[in-house]
Amino acid sequence: MALKITTSTCSACGACEFECPNAAIAMKGETYVIKASACTECDGDDPKCIAVCPVENCIVKA
Amino acid sequence: MSNIVSLQSITKRGEAQPQASGCSTKSSCGTSAGQGDMPDHVWDKIKDHPCYSEEAHHYFARMHVAVAPACNIQCNYCNRKYDCSNESRPGVTSERMTPEQAAQKVVAVANKVPQMSVLGIAGPGDSMFDWRKTFETFAQVEKRLPDLKFCISTNGLALPDHIDRLADHNIDHVTITINMVDPEIGTQIYPWIYYNGKRYTGLDASKILHERQMESLERLKEKDILVKVNSVMIPGINDQHLLDVNAAIKERGAFLHNVMPLISDPAHGTYYGLNGQRGPSAAELKELQDKLAGGANLMRHCRQCRADAVGMLGEDLSQDFTMDKIDPDVVYDPEARRLYREVVERERADRNAAVAVAEDTLSHTEAPSRLVAVATKGGGRVNQHFGHASEFQVYEVDHDGVRFVGHRKVDNYCQGGWGDDDVLEDNLIPTLEGVEAVFVSKIGSCPKKDLAAAGITAIDAYPFEYIETAIARWYAEINGTADATMGSIA
Repeated sequence: MALKITTSTCSACGACEFECPNAAIAMKGETYVIKASACTECDGDDPKCIAVCPVENCIVKA
Repeated sequence: MSNIVSLQSITKRGEAQPQASGCSTKSSCGTSAGQGDMPDHVWDKIKDHPCYSEEAHHYFARMHVAVAPACNIQCNYCNRKYDCSNESRPGVTSERMTPEQAAQKVVAVANKVPQMSVLGIAGPGDSMFDWRKTFETFAQVEKRLPDLKFCISTNGLALPDHIDRLADHNIDHVTITINMVDPEIGTQIYPWIYYNGKRYTGLDASKILHERQMESLERLKEKDILVKVNSVMIPGINDQHLLDVNAAIKERGAFLHNVMPLISDPAHGTYYGLNGQRGPSAAELKELQDKLAGGANLMRHCRQCRADAVGMLGEDLSQDFTMDKIDPDVVYDPEARRLYREVVERERADRNAAVAVAEDTLSHTEAPSRLVAVATKGGGRVNQHFGHASEFQVYEVDHDGVRFVGHRKVDNYCQGGWGDDDVLEDNLIPTLEGVEAVFVSKIGSCPKKDLAAAGITAIDAYPFEYIETAIARWYAEINGTADATMGSIA
């Protein structure tokens, strides 16, 4: 159970990095990635990374 | 670096001969000219800030560093994947930088551009949502250039959480973009906001944003931090409503209101751009600004600059200062900025005196008001060649004085040593619509003739004069009142 960032549409604004309650998102090279082992998809709440992301459908289920 | 304005080029005229000081008529008061009737503590805050004082923008430069890419709202005029052309946001295609790199860049610019007085953080996202990077940048710069002024630009949603930090960093200028005070209207501008870990849409989003923006204004007022409000004028959506916005922000102590035209090129890929929402014409913008003139002070010299802009308003040297051109070990040398400020002090006194004389001349002239355009490189003087102007400053003149009303961007007439008649016909003449005379330091006989054929008089009789002096003398002359008053100006 984890989310992933679609690199090709990610604008790399970094908004999701600070909003993630599990510190699962970090910059890796040129883009942000979600560490699958740390992502809980916000335990049934609306995932915060999706809520803040300015690009539609950029963050999806892995 | 060749396009940086040299001191000599703007101050070519003789020695300062102050004849009067301060504010002699109402049109020279407030932010449009000198200190006027403004209290000392406010004047001290704005006198070197090109965005807060129209007078200062003739002398001082600003730079923005694009350290804050994350944003917490979506605006229909912004596409952050590319450029948000309206809100100083170059988007993600531009250079990204860390706070440490930003501080190096600030030092490099301060060493080469002595006009620099202000460092702003305007995005490209929201400076207060991405607050960690914003404040870290200010902390890094403070260590290197303790006398630089800081300002931020924000949508206000996250601002109330950071009021104390703003005061800690000695930030005494804040710009908030407020496009509505009626959440129903907000639903047509903001599809969603992100607040307290949740996304809100529709009326809920606009209600929260509105409440937080008003709270921001009130809290900043309590801290005695100067606030400028930016509003994007969107015809058919909030154009008339901006009168209410103006009243609401004035009531909450905003210092300045800056109404900017919507830019909605479909190529930018914004919601408005793709859906045919048009921006206002220069005439519509001026009409609204004139209606607002009785409310909060209006700013008319905004250039809607990018989040990484460098230089005097109206010019952008950012390409001269990309990270690859900056030495990471650069050390700040305060001497050039100190010298420049000394020159400006003298120039200011001289110019204020010249403006007072010009206004005295005009007060004897009863005639219809006229719009004129000026080519200037700074210093408040007519000091640019017609062919080199990439924008003209537009002034209105009548017996009350000479008032700045805005700027119009144009393509350069002079292209590699030759005049371009297509540019003149297709760009310059249409852009100067409504303008009767163009003041330049120099102009060739061909463009002069072509302008005349289009009903625009080119005036090159006042090179390096102060703008107000040149316009007042011309106006008195064409209205036949020159003889009685000219003696005091020459």
